[in-house]
Amino acid sequence: MSDISSIPGTPVSPARLLLRNRAFLALCLLATTSAVVVLCVLLMSVAFDGWDRLSWDFLDSFASRKPDKAGIKAALFGSLWVVVTCALTAIPIGVGTALYLEEFAPKNRLTRFIQLNITNLAGVPSIVYGIIGLTAFSRMFGLFRSDDPVVLGNSESFWFLQLPFGPSVLAAGLTLMLVILPMIIVSSQEAIRSVPGTIRQGSLAMGATTWQTVWRLTLPAAIPTILTGTILAISRAIGEAAPLLVVGAALLIFRTPENLMSSFTVLPLQIFNWAGRPQAGFHSIAAAAILVQLGLLIVFNGTAVALRLRLQKPLQ
Amino acid sequence: MHPMTALLSTLAIATTALALGDLKGNIRIDGSSTVFPITEAVAEEFAAEQPNVNVTVGVSGTGGGFKRFCAGEIDIADASRPIKPSEMQLAAKNGIEFIEIPVAYDGLTVVVNTQNTWATDLTVDNLKRIFSTENTAKTWRDVNPAWPAEPILVYSPGTDSGTFDYFKEVVLGRDGKARSDMSVSEDDNALVLGVSGNKYAIGFFGCAYYFENTDKLTAVKVNGVSPSVATIENGTYAPFSRPLFIYVNAKAASQPQVKAFVDFYLAQAPELAGEVGYVKFPAALYGKAAKNWTAGRKGTQFTTTAGESVTTPFATTYQ
Repeated sequence: MSDISSIPGTPVSPARLLLRNRAFLALCLLATTSAVVVLCVLLMSVAFDGWDRLSWDFLDSFASRKPDKAGIKAALFGSLWVVVTCALTAIPIGVGTALYLEEFAPKNRLTRFIQLNITNLAGVPSIVYGIIGLTAFSRMFGLFRSDDPVVLGNSESFWFLQLPFGPSVLAAGLTLMLVILPMIIVSSQEAIRSVPGTIRQGSLAMGATTWQTVWRLTLPAAIPTILTGTILAISRAIGEAAPLLVVGAALLIFRTPENLMSSFTVLPLQIFNWAGRPQAGFHSIAAAAILVQLGLLIVFNGTAVALRLRLQKPLQ
Repeated sequence: MHPMTALLSTLAIATTALALGDLKGNIRIDGSSTVFPITEAVAEEFAAEQPNVNVTVGVSGTGGGFKRFCAGEIDIADASRPIKPSEMQLAAKNGIEFIEIPVAYDGLTVVVNTQNTWATDLTVDNLKRIFSTENTAKTWRDVNPAWPAEPILVYSPGTDSGTFDYFKEVVLGRDGKARSDMSVSEDDNALVLGVSGNKYAIGFFGCAYYFENTDKLTAVKVNGVSPSVATIENGTYAPFSRPLFIYVNAKAASQPQVKAFVDFYLAQAPELAGEVGYVKFPAALYGKAAKNWTAGRKGTQFTTTAGESVTTPFATTYQ
C-alpha cells in the first residue's frame, strides 16, 4: 500500500541527504567540543591558580586571616557531615516515595496532584528551601526557645540532640534533603517505570505479593538507574551554599563537627568568601579549595559508579 | 593615675590572665561580611589563646545578623551600620539588651581608571551629578566642560549592600535615588576589573579593595583629600569613612568567655584592623569604646530617643 512518493516533503537527491547528514554531525561535534573546551579552560585556570597551594597543611588547617596559613579543615569536614546526613535521609525517603507512587498507590486525582507538585518542586530555587529549613528545622516554628533549648542526651556524646536544631549539621542536612528530594523521587520513578512490566506480572502470577515483587525484582532491577539519578542529586547538594547560609551556617569555625548538633561550615561558602576578598592570596587559596571540592565530587561520583557496576546484574 | 591608663592596664591584666586557656563555652557571632575579616582575625588570635572556647562566625549580612541577634540566637552581631529603630523594637520585644562597640573605620574609595587624567579630584557635588538619577551627567563633559565628551561608565556595589547605602546617604542624601544605568556587582573584585578595564569608568567600594590594587586604579581625591590610612583615621577624609561595629548581647556579656572575647577584641582591633585592610580609630575613640564596654552602657548612640537616626558625623557623635 505504501508508496515512497506519498511521503510528504520534497524529494531530495542522495548527495544532498549525505551532505545534511554530515552538517548535522559537524554541528553536534561543535556543540560537544565547545562545552568541553569551556570546561577545560575553566579547570585549567583554576588548577593553574590553585595547584601550588594544595598541600596536606592546606587540608589540615583551619581558616586564617593570613592566606599562607589558611586551610579548609573545618569546611571539608563540614561538607562531608552535611552531605552524608543529607544522603542518609534523602535516599530512603526519595526511593520510598518513588516506590509507593509507582507500585502501590492507586492512580487517582490525589496521586496525580502529588505527582504534579513533586515535579514542580524540582524547579524551586534552593534559597526557598533554605527559608523552609530555617523555619522548620533551625527554629522549629518557634515551638522551643532557641536560647533555652530542650536537650536530649549529653552534649559531649555522638548521639546528642536538642530542640530546636539551631544552625546545626542536622538542620543543614535536612534542608539539603528537601532541595534534592524532588530530583531523587522523579529519577527513581523513571527508573522503576523502565523495569519491564512482564517481570512484575510473572512474579505476581507465581503468587508473590506486591511487596515480594518490589523487594526481590523491581527494586534490584531499578537500582543502577536510581543510583545515577541519586549521584546527580548528591552532587548538587555538595555545591549548595545559599540555603545553608540561610539556615545559619558559620563561616569561621575552629573545630570539626562532633555530632549532629555541631555548628559547621561548608566548602562552597569558604570558596565564595575567599574569592570575594580583596587580597590576591585569598583568590589562589579559593582556587585550591575549588580543586578540593572537585576532588570530593569525583570521589562521591566514583563510589556511586563503582556501586552501580557491582549491583548491575542482567535480568533473568 | 589617669583613668584611661588605668583602663588600659586593666585590659592588659585581663589579657595576660587569659593566657591560661582555661575558658570554655560557645561564642556565636554572625552579621556583616565587611566586618568579618576583622572578627576573623580577632577570633583566630583568641582561639590560639583559648582553644576550649568554640567561636563561630557567620556572614548573614548586617540585616540578617541583627535578625538573629534580636531573636537571641547569637551573642555578638557584626554590623557595618548602626542598629535601626525597627531592629531595636524587635530586640526589645524579645527582651534583648545590647552594648554597642565601634571597632574600626572602613574607608569608602571612589576610583577611576589609571588613564583618567582629568577627574582625579572631585567634589561631593560632582559625585552627586555622576551618581544621581536627577540631572545625571551622562558624559564627563556634563560634569566639567573641559573634560572629554565620553559617556561615564558607573560601577557600583549591590544596592542591598551597606557600602552602597552609606555612599548613597553621603552623596545623594537619605531620600536620594541613584541612577539605574550602573553596572552593579555584589563582588567588589568584579568592580575592580570593570574600572581598571575602561578608561571612562568610575566606581566605588571599600578602601581595602583599592589598597590591594593601587597599581590598577587611581583613587579620586574627594574635596582635595585622597584616601589613605592617615586621612581616614584623622577624619579629614571625613564623609567617606564609615564606622564598623560589633553589638554584644548584654546577657551574654556576663558569660566569662564572651567578656574575655570582647576585651580581647578591643585590645587587638587597632592592630588587626589595619592588617586586614581597614583603618583603626584614633586612640581616644577606642578609649571611649572600652569605657562604655566596661561600664556596660546599653543601647545605641545613633538613634535619638524620638527614634530618629543621628545625622552628625560619627567621630563627634560617639561618646
